[in-house]
Amino acid sequence: MSSEWIQHGIGGGLMVIGLAFMFFGSLGILRLPDFFARTHAASKVDTVGIAVVLAGIAVIEGLTLNSAKIAIAIMFLTLTNPVAAHALARAALRHGLKPWQRRARPNREE
Amino acid sequence: MSAFFVAVAIFLVAIILMPFYRVLRGPTLFDRLLAIGAIGGKIIALILIAGLLFNRLDMFVDLALAYAALNFIGGIAMAEYFRYIGSRASPRK
Repeated sequence: MSSEWIQHGIGGGLMVIGLAFMFFGSLGILRLPDFFARTHAASKVDTVGIAVVLAGIAVIEGLTLNSAKIAIAIMFLTLTNPVAAHALARAALRHGLKPWQRRARPNREE
Repeated sequence: MSAFFVAVAIFLVAIILMPFYRVLRGPTLFDRLLAIGAIGGKIIALILIAGLLFNRLDMFVDLALAYAALNFIGGIAMAEYFRYIGSRASPRK
């Protein structure tokens, strides 16, 4: 069990976890009923998924210049991806888009 | 090890193809913008995995950083544009 196996194992595990997060983010964009609900899936889950996949790649690389650049990319993505999603949601709200309401069923008497 | 990266890359391509349905069918304009931003974010991960497969990661890291900046600036610019200019059109088209 050399240290290279441990490094590759942790990096591969982080990449698989990040892929699972990105899969559920995409599934939320497909299946949620309203634009504002899809913003939840696309911004929160997607940012975490990409950050974890990039961290897995940086762990596989070790302590080189490439992994320092990947750490800068992780910081940049974590800061800017939620800001862009918030700008889009605020523009939609100013545009007049209304959130989805579950319609009241008129023939339920309890 | 590279077989694992090939499997990850194929699964990532399948994940990237999923929001395209929302780009084509999104009932409002903002659904399409949101799906394009999400696709751009996932392509950053795909660029880095392609760098690992070609064993030339130093070139692809610079590409990924540039594409991350482009995606963010494009998203902000489109949101600001459609807040001010598109206010005459209805969001249903």
